[in-house]
Amino acid sequence: MMKDTNCLKYLFGSSVMVIGALGAGQTLADGEITFVSQGGAYQDAQTVAILDPVAEALGITIRQESAPDAWPMIRTQGTTGQAVWDVVDTPPFNCIKGGEQDLIEPLDFSRIPNAEGMPEEYKTPYSVAYEFYSSVLAYNPEAFDGNPPQSWADFWNVEDFPGNRSLRNYPVGTLEAALLADGVAPDDIYPIDVDRAYEKLEEIKPYITTWWTSGGQSAQLLNDEEVDMLMMWNGRVSSIMNEGANADFTYNQGFLQSTHLCIIKDAPNLDTAVEFVNAAIAPEYQANLPLHIDYGPGNPAAFDRGTISEERAGELPSSPENAAKQVLISYEWWTSDDGVEAERRWLEFMQR
Amino acid sequence: MKATAINSNFPLVSHRDASLGYRRREHALMLLLMSPAVLVVFVLLLIPLGWLIGQSFYADGFTLEHYQRIFTEGIYWNTFWVTFRISFIVTLLALLMGYPIAYAASILPRRWSVLVLALVILPFWTSVLVRAYAWLILLQRSGVVNESLMGVGLIDAPLALVHNELGTIIATVHILLPFMVLPLYATMQKIPHDLIQAGASLGGTPLHVFMRVFFPLSLSGVLAGMTLVFVLCLGFYITPELVGGGRTVMASMLVSRNIQLYSDWGAASAVSVVLLLCVLAIFYVVSRLVPLEKILGAK
Repeated sequence: MMKDTNCLKYLFGSSVMVIGALGAGQTLADGEITFVSQGGAYQDAQTVAILDPVAEALGITIRQESAPDAWPMIRTQGTTGQAVWDVVDTPPFNCIKGGEQDLIEPLDFSRIPNAEGMPEEYKTPYSVAYEFYSSVLAYNPEAFDGNPPQSWADFWNVEDFPGNRSLRNYPVGTLEAALLADGVAPDDIYPIDVDRAYEKLEEIKPYITTWWTSGGQSAQLLNDEEVDMLMMWNGRVSSIMNEGANADFTYNQGFLQSTHLCIIKDAPNLDTAVEFVNAAIAPEYQANLPLHIDYGPGNPAAFDRGTISEERAGELPSSPENAAKQVLISYEWWTSDDGVEAERRWLEFMQR
Repeated sequence: MKATAINSNFPLVSHRDASLGYRRREHALMLLLMSPAVLVVFVLLLIPLGWLIGQSFYADGFTLEHYQRIFTEGIYWNTFWVTFRISFIVTLLALLMGYPIAYAASILPRRWSVLVLALVILPFWTSVLVRAYAWLILLQRSGVVNESLMGVGLIDAPLALVHNELGTIIATVHILLPFMVLPLYATMQKIPHDLIQAGASLGGTPLHVFMRVFFPLSLSGVLAGMTLVFVLCLGFYITPELVGGGRTVMASMLVSRNIQLYSDWGAASAVSVVLLLCVLAIFYVVSRLVPLEKILGAK
């Protein structure tokens, strides 16, 4: 082909192509967002269940990034005024904190009709629930001979349940577990008695083999039988159970948590980001999520679409039956002054 | 250098002027040649460093609170204590392990010394992250080390080799060993073999010759290696983070936690500045004993 094209024609052709490419780039730039989630099996699952179908339905490109802990980046982008990300899937904690510090856009719910039917406690002025997961008590059944730990009191009971233990290197959920182990009723956990919780944690501290920092690490610890019991995310346990690891867990005394979608202040693609948030919480896409990972939909309307079987619902953290056994983490408390102070105290606790 | 220095002291005035002019031109040319590098250092090192120092004094205006916290709060003291303790142990272990390796490499026939050095340097080219994970796998409860020790019957229950300070030290020594061996080897290689032979011909036993001749001559290498390892270890981050089990908190982790957990850039900067001052102080003290170029491997 090159041979019978004269030089001029070739030049002309290629410049048209360049202009064409520029034009295409322009339209792409309008219809694209940078979406940040937490990586691993969870991000893979939502890509198939939600992100790809939404991208197709809206005709946009979704660039994905992963940040196990999005807060430092949210903070950096907000304070330097150079937003790179658009939508972040992160604990509501970060959305509220970020909103209050002017790092996160307030959501205009009139442009997010899909959120209308969702319970009020699934929304904040800056974010909307995207999915539910649990921090559960997981264990290696082989280490306990038919009598595995079933509560945080058991986890703290090193006499009757010997073995290596692990907890997350993070106060949220961990302080709640300490209170449950100390006999506090689930309904009385909030506001957290911080002194009491840390005192109880001191008790178990010598028996904690490792304080994990990433979900992958927690899965590795149980999979390699490095620890016998630990608190970890339900989806991480079931994924290694499916791979044949000696692992099991209970929803009893689990901590029901959610991640929310929120938008970075002055996001480069603000309009598309709002459109995306509305589509991502639509029941039809939300209902797909539990087909790919053991996390529950953020929008409860997803349970009514028939996509999620009753049996499947029973395995999910946010199904009514399982939710009743668990404690709903209060992000209002954790973003309050007491909560922030309790979080600060964590570093001191770890280093003593 | 020395020759010019003598020349410039020479009493012939005209000669001196000519040489001065020549040197000036040479200096100007040198500055010109260096300017790109100077610019890079200035833009990418000095300005950010100034920014960092400024930030460490800032929290809604000038403040000393970040430094005050470091010197009054127990956790900061604790972290710096742990950091220095680990660095000290790592340096000592690296010296004990590195000295024989460097010694062997310096006295073996060339073929073999190349092999020894290659074995020291090869792991150096593997990512620090990969090596940290490898140690995690080797040292964990059901890892190769514990399984073999139990298999042989040396221990009944697995030892806690990792997720603690011990694991951190093991992995760090492994990573920093080349930084001990290479300066040691460089120094030892330059020790004239004749001196050893002379010592032996004067009737010294090999041990005596080593202690009285070889070892004292290798001391500058020892100091160089120890400084390098100690200073690098002070700033270690990935290894203690991965194999320390969350408990072994070193100074650099304090920096990252100040940012990640508390978004406190001022406090994080102050920790970095204090760490930097520690390093500079160490280099200053050592430079009085051994020229800095030697430590950094330039000579």
